[in-house]
Amino acid sequence: MKTWNKIKSWPLFLPVLALLIVMAINIIHDAATGANPLSFFMISLRNTTTSGTILYGRIIDIINRGSEVAILAIGMTLVVSASAGTDISVGSVMSLCASFMCMMLAGYGVSSTTTLAVPLIVGLLCAIVMGLVCGAFNGTLVAHLSIQPMVATLILYSAARAIGLLLCNDLIVYVRNPSFAFIGAFLGPIPTPIIITAICIIVVSLMLKKTALGMYIQSVGINAKASRIAGLNSKLLIFLAYMLCGLFAAIAGIVASSRITSADSNNIGLYLEMDAILSVALGGNSLGGGKFNLAGSIIGAYTIQAITTTLYALGVSSIQAPVYKAIIVVIIVVIEAPPFKAFMNRWSASRAAAKGVRA
Amino acid sequence: MKHINDVIASARHIFGDVNGGRPQNHIRRADPYGAGQILISTLRLSFIPCVFCIFFCFLLSGCGKVGVLPADNDGGVSGQEDRGKITIGLSQIGSESDWRMASTASVTAAFSSSAGYDLIFDDAQQKQENQLKAIREFIDQGVDYIVLDPVVESGWDSVLSEAKEAGIPVVVYDRRIEVEDDSLYACWIGSDFKLEGERACVWLSEYLESKGVSRNINIADIQGTIGASAQIGRTAALEEAVMLNKNWRIIAQDSGDFTTAKGKEVMTAMLEKYGSDINVVYAENDNMAYGAIEALEARGYKAGVDIDNGEFLVVSFDATHTGLQMTLDGKIAVNTECNPLYGPRLTEIIETLEAGGDVEKETYIEEEQFSGISYIGTIQVRNRPYTVTPLTEDLLSNRKY
Repeated sequence: MKTWNKIKSWPLFLPVLALLIVMAINIIHDAATGANPLSFFMISLRNTTTSGTILYGRIIDIINRGSEVAILAIGMTLVVSASAGTDISVGSVMSLCASFMCMMLAGYGVSSTTTLAVPLIVGLLCAIVMGLVCGAFNGTLVAHLSIQPMVATLILYSAARAIGLLLCNDLIVYVRNPSFAFIGAFLGPIPTPIIITAICIIVVSLMLKKTALGMYIQSVGINAKASRIAGLNSKLLIFLAYMLCGLFAAIAGIVASSRITSADSNNIGLYLEMDAILSVALGGNSLGGGKFNLAGSIIGAYTIQAITTTLYALGVSSIQAPVYKAIIVVIIVVIEAPPFKAFMNRWSASRAAAKGVRA
Repeated sequence: MKHINDVIASARHIFGDVNGGRPQNHIRRADPYGAGQILISTLRLSFIPCVFCIFFCFLLSGCGKVGVLPADNDGGVSGQEDRGKITIGLSQIGSESDWRMASTASVTAAFSSSAGYDLIFDDAQQKQENQLKAIREFIDQGVDYIVLDPVVESGWDSVLSEAKEAGIPVVVYDRRIEVEDDSLYACWIGSDFKLEGERACVWLSEYLESKGVSRNINIADIQGTIGASAQIGRTAALEEAVMLNKNWRIIAQDSGDFTTAKGKEVMTAMLEKYGSDINVVYAENDNMAYGAIEALEARGYKAGVDIDNGEFLVVSFDATHTGLQMTLDGKIAVNTECNPLYGPRLTEIIETLEAGGDVEKETYIEEEQFSGISYIGTIQVRNRPYTVTPLTEDLLSNRKY
């Protein structure tokens, strides 16, 4: 009972539970259809003609496809914590960065190319600089002009995609070059997006652990005025959080466009800002700012992808999938809601009390 | 100057003095959108934010080419100048694919000002709501003709009756509309999507016959956006062909929304489930075919025509430049064109209407079919021969889109 209570008070308990529930659905489905119940967890090596030997399996698929949302969730967590608001422009910024990069790699006005116009690294840096500029723009509006985050980021939410189309001369730019495709393909047997996500997570968690940045951001989120009086530069910290969010949007944009080796301005990162915000919420973080748990957000991101992949495995058509996704999300959010938790606590307390009386 | 001070004073009065040291929580809560903060902070602009704002304003002003509105038509100098020009209100769907972009470019080029047109262009960004709004604006502005590429088929009755009352003829192109009263629009011109699907399926059966393949053929159908005319026609043609060819079977069918990313995702899920049991991938446009081929190759499968040796035969539609490039590379077996060059045909129709002539209520635009395999020269569909054009490097580089 004591260990149970300990587990229950672990901050990641609910996010992990949500992920386990999704996995359980898979196991039950596989068992019911007569397949190996553990086929969800099976990872195998497969030989391919184009990418050599690669890892293969549903888990790998989830971690691979969930990369973009996981990367976005890192930045979103920091923004939510520092400014008690969400950055709804990340999906559009992804698209803008990808378009800018592909435009640089292919040359302006070129719609399809196999040779790069500039070295790959220049294209990548362009995307990252564009992400930082967008982040700085959002950060300036929120931190220095004190505009509400949703209103401030609404500007790029609607404009960034259009700017991307403009940069690409209204074309879908295809960059069919193996060195560029590599980012969305495989490094040895492991999908490259997984490695990129892992690096992002490790760097940010080291930064939060080894420096006081995490604590500063949380304290600004809890009370910006008190933090300023205590000697923290609140404005700079909020600005920094938006810059980082822009940076991660750029990285997610690079991964997303490399996957399809093209810059599809209209569709890259479409609705992903909502998934990123949802993963922060699923991770047990308050959208009201303050204390945050990065690991929770990341687990939340993979939970969302696990739901999508599970629905595919269950044979739900991709048009109906959002309905079932919504149902699952509602259940998870209700389980994590404070009033529901309080109700469960009261219920178990009254049961314990009843037991005590009987004894 | 006094005026600005008044504004500040009244803003302070309404929103509370946010700059002051006093806590104003009750007031801030009553102002959920932060309008007061925006106003007051904007008055305190510091240098760096200024630079950023100006930079982005420049970027944004670049987008101004979308939705350019004409000068006042009710009279005045510009009205005098525009007399003689035909004003066209064009409501188009968006720019979701290469095909759409080629189509838009063709139409906007045809209605150029040098050709005697004044074009009001509206990009609906995939929303019918935006199109309804745009058409109402066109009516208010008193355009001469409305040219419409509808996002969806239904829900046009009321707005088109308004156009009819205003005496503005509506020319519908590409996708169809369904209205109670046919007289609400002048005419429709577009593709016969079902015919495209039938041509692709007949080609497939001829090819399989020529190879002497009689075993079961498993088809994965990556559909377009459900409900779009192209999806309805192409899916229907495939389903009919499956009824006709006893050894064909659709083992997987899902929508890829006409996009590369979704096409890749759906194909990946299908491969996960059926793997090499799939023989034919019927992708309902080139963007999804591109995504599907990416998914195949990432999993180590090969797209080609040698289905006896485990290659996936990919059938695609639209014949965009990228699609034809893949057809030339042998990755797409057959690519049936969906001609986006509506511009010349639309101006023809408008000229006829302007001269008081009659136009056919429904016309289909001529379309081609391309394949890297040259020995299937003609196919018989609906008792009419159709040519399958063997694709060459020259042909590809000479195409307009």
